[in-house]
Amino acid sequence: MSATTLTATERSPRMAIATLRSLVWLLGSIAVLSPVFADEYWLNSILIPTIAMGLAGIGLNLLMGYAGLVSLGSAAFMSIGAFATYNLLLRATWLPLPLTLIAAGTITGVVGVFFGLPSLRIKGFYLAASTLGAQFFFEWLFTSFRWFSNNSLTLTISAPRLELFGLDLRSAPGRYLLVVIVTAILWLLANNIVRSRIGRDWMAIRDMDKAAAVIGIPVAGRQLLAYGISSFYTGIAGALFAFAYLGTADAHSFDLDKSFEVLFIVLIGGSASLAGNFLGAAFIVLTPIVLTRVVEWFDLATVFDNGVLVNVERMLFGVIIIVLLIREPDGLASLVERIVARWRVWPLRA
Amino acid sequence: MTATQNDPLLRVQDISLSFRGIRAITELSFGIARGEICSLIGPNGAGKSSLLNVINGVYWPDSGQILFEGQAFPRLQARQAARLGIARTFQNNALFKRLSVIDNVLTGLSRHGQADVLAQVFRLPAARREDRRFRERAEEIMEFLHIDAYRDVVVGQLPFGLQKRVELGRALVSRPIFLLLDEPMAGMNQAEKADMSRFVADINHYLGVTVLLIEHDIGVVMNLSDHVVVLDYGRKVGDGTPASVRENPDVIAAYLGTKH
Amino acid sequence: MHYFLVILTSGLLAGIMYAMVAIGFVLIYKASGVFNFAQGSLVLFAALSFVTLTEHGLPFWAAFLVTSLMMVVAAVIIERLVLRPLVDRSPLTLFMATLGLSFVIEGLAQLLMGTDVHQLDLGIDDVPTNFLGLELSQFDLFASAVAIVLVAVLSLVFGRTRIGISLRGVADDTLAAQSIGIRLPTIWRVVWSVSGVVALVAGLLWGARQGVQFSLTMVVLKAMPVLIIGGFSSIPGAIVGGLLVGASESLADIYLGPLLAGGAVSNWFAYMLAVGFLLVRPSGLFGDRTIERV
Repeated sequence: MSATTLTATERSPRMAIATLRSLVWLLGSIAVLSPVFADEYWLNSILIPTIAMGLAGIGLNLLMGYAGLVSLGSAAFMSIGAFATYNLLLRATWLPLPLTLIAAGTITGVVGVFFGLPSLRIKGFYLAASTLGAQFFFEWLFTSFRWFSNNSLTLTISAPRLELFGLDLRSAPGRYLLVVIVTAILWLLANNIVRSRIGRDWMAIRDMDKAAAVIGIPVAGRQLLAYGISSFYTGIAGALFAFAYLGTADAHSFDLDKSFEVLFIVLIGGSASLAGNFLGAAFIVLTPIVLTRVVEWFDLATVFDNGVLVNVERMLFGVIIIVLLIREPDGLASLVERIVARWRVWPLRA
Repeated sequence: MTATQNDPLLRVQDISLSFRGIRAITELSFGIARGEICSLIGPNGAGKSSLLNVINGVYWPDSGQILFEGQAFPRLQARQAARLGIARTFQNNALFKRLSVIDNVLTGLSRHGQADVLAQVFRLPAARREDRRFRERAEEIMEFLHIDAYRDVVVGQLPFGLQKRVELGRALVSRPIFLLLDEPMAGMNQAEKADMSRFVADINHYLGVTVLLIEHDIGVVMNLSDHVVVLDYGRKVGDGTPASVRENPDVIAAYLGTKH
Repeated sequence: MHYFLVILTSGLLAGIMYAMVAIGFVLIYKASGVFNFAQGSLVLFAALSFVTLTEHGLPFWAAFLVTSLMMVVAAVIIERLVLRPLVDRSPLTLFMATLGLSFVIEGLAQLLMGTDVHQLDLGIDDVPTNFLGLELSQFDLFASAVAIVLVAVLSLVFGRTRIGISLRGVADDTLAAQSIGIRLPTIWRVVWSVSGVVALVAGLLWGARQGVQFSLTMVVLKAMPVLIIGGFSSIPGAIVGGLLVGASESLADIYLGPLLAGGAVSNWFAYMLAVGFLLVRPSGLFGDRTIERV
């Protein structure tokens, strides 16, 4: 066949994302170079959480956007990753950090497959209940059994060490580098998965699972694989979130609200695009900060005290979710994509 | 003595099927020779789609069995049927609406994929080679069906007739031996039907695929088929060449609604 | 044995309260096919409005009436701004919209009426009385009585009146219902209003028990397993589901809790129970079974 067919690999509906991708790459390069210029605040409070939550978003996105399976318990799987990493760092001191993360992710993946078993019998919305069960179960588990937090009185965990090849990564630039490198690698792999046969099988199951079964796609196996891979990603994201961002975490750092945050990230970012998750995460992370700044700027502290701000934020998120669902079901990613596309033709428009 | 008559590719043997007390198919038996185009006709509700579903394992008959290439299957699994080389299209275009044309066609090859999960995650050479092979194969089929120009279009946006061809592509890409077509020309005008007839004939002639199709347009049936089977209320009332079936009084009665 | 009966019965009574919240969900699900995640926030909103009014001097029934009217207004606004634009989208999309809605309502409620815990006194104290030989909470008995009355009223209203029959028509087949003149927006407004009043009643009872505060929104999380077990579209199912969940939670906490050395097993027990049910009966005890056509 001619060369054009061979190179036309990914010019499918996701082709539009190419422009978005270049945009994100641009921002990404800026981000990677940031430790050189950026101050600690920027790294600590904005970049690190955005990237970590973006990774969590990718995990949920693979499950919901590509495989069409619901999960309202993402935070629970983040907590499994965090607690698994903690215990491995503590008890398996001979494991280097990369392997520790991979092991923690794998543990989370296995648990994810287990909690995904109901998906073989239960469809759509009912599946949300099963994942909510996981959410509450793990919050209970990590607060009821002190072993997971090494018998700490406060049931909290913090990384005993974070090092790679002898370099201490606990500084802000160190944690930042850790998060960026891990996420970049996992993002690349997620891209591979999505464009492969597995990705197509998932989307086929999402669109019409009965037809997928009839043409020979192993639906059950693929669904469980989706839960496994998604949980792997979410688990590692949880570990990064706990140790590279929070520093100290407990089971309640990964409560239902956090699950909703991850859900919103996928919704806002756009469920058919991996890059969009970082847009969504940026939105989630930046909104509270921007709101606080606006209040400071306009000296509205007396009117908008902290309690008020929290509620305004809540309302704002709710409104945005509703508006996006109504008008922009493919999330911010497709909106940005359309804007960028219009920009490119702008000089040529009559 | 023709070899085809003695060892049919498919034999339906005493198949009975009922839904909640309603008999859809009653003791149906007939055979389909290798390489022929067989049409299944009959008034609405005669059990034609149900029969297709039995043949490719979506429904299990209450009694009777399917013999495919001489092997007997009282209960056939859908995946098994796919593996045996039985492919089908559906009345309502069971396509993956949010995927592109080429992605839809590629899903037809999915069950032939050998590259394992890790190879795909890391895009190892084995996975890349397989991907290239599958895409080449998909391109072949899309060219054959004249849909290659639409390869990147999301299927949900295509007109119905083109969607039907995409579904055909998805069914053909895995080189099936036997193709089941459920009303492939429903909703088409005369020109489109002529096109589709040509495609079906080409599939049979050039790709060597045996075809069983459900069709209502008698003109199409007469022109296209080698063999016609007529169903009425789940029973066979005619079975033979198009000409012989046309003269069959039982068939005429079934279509005119005479009670029997 | 006596102890067991007491635990069981108090669990059952708690279950009736769950059922009451669940009924609000069932109404909305029957009419619009959506699991209204915002029901919990409606409970909070209703209860907060009520206490704010009574704290400003309004007598009980006046406050009840005014709050009910507010819930009707809310229903109309929600129908217009959220439900109508999303009318033919997937159930999951609608669910997420109600999730967003819950955030809006919670934020608004607390913005306008503050985040303090309010005490709510309905005049019935939570003291044990002797009922049929068992020591049960007077309040629980009162709540159960209210729930029974509520269900009776709802059954009458929806079983006999024109609106009720229209509702059942809509639940069966929206297109057919519309073609004979039933107006969907009207139905939705009615149903959401009724649901709002149910939320108010539930809010009063729950609020009297544990104070009117943000945690009231958590009732929605309890309602989900109730509905899964009882089926989303059945009021008797909601009651049976509520009883089952209430009883098993209560028993699980007392008998299972010590075994698992943990605290509130009831946090997740109901969900696991629901999942267990789903594996056996994917559409719940009383739910509609859908047949998929190929």
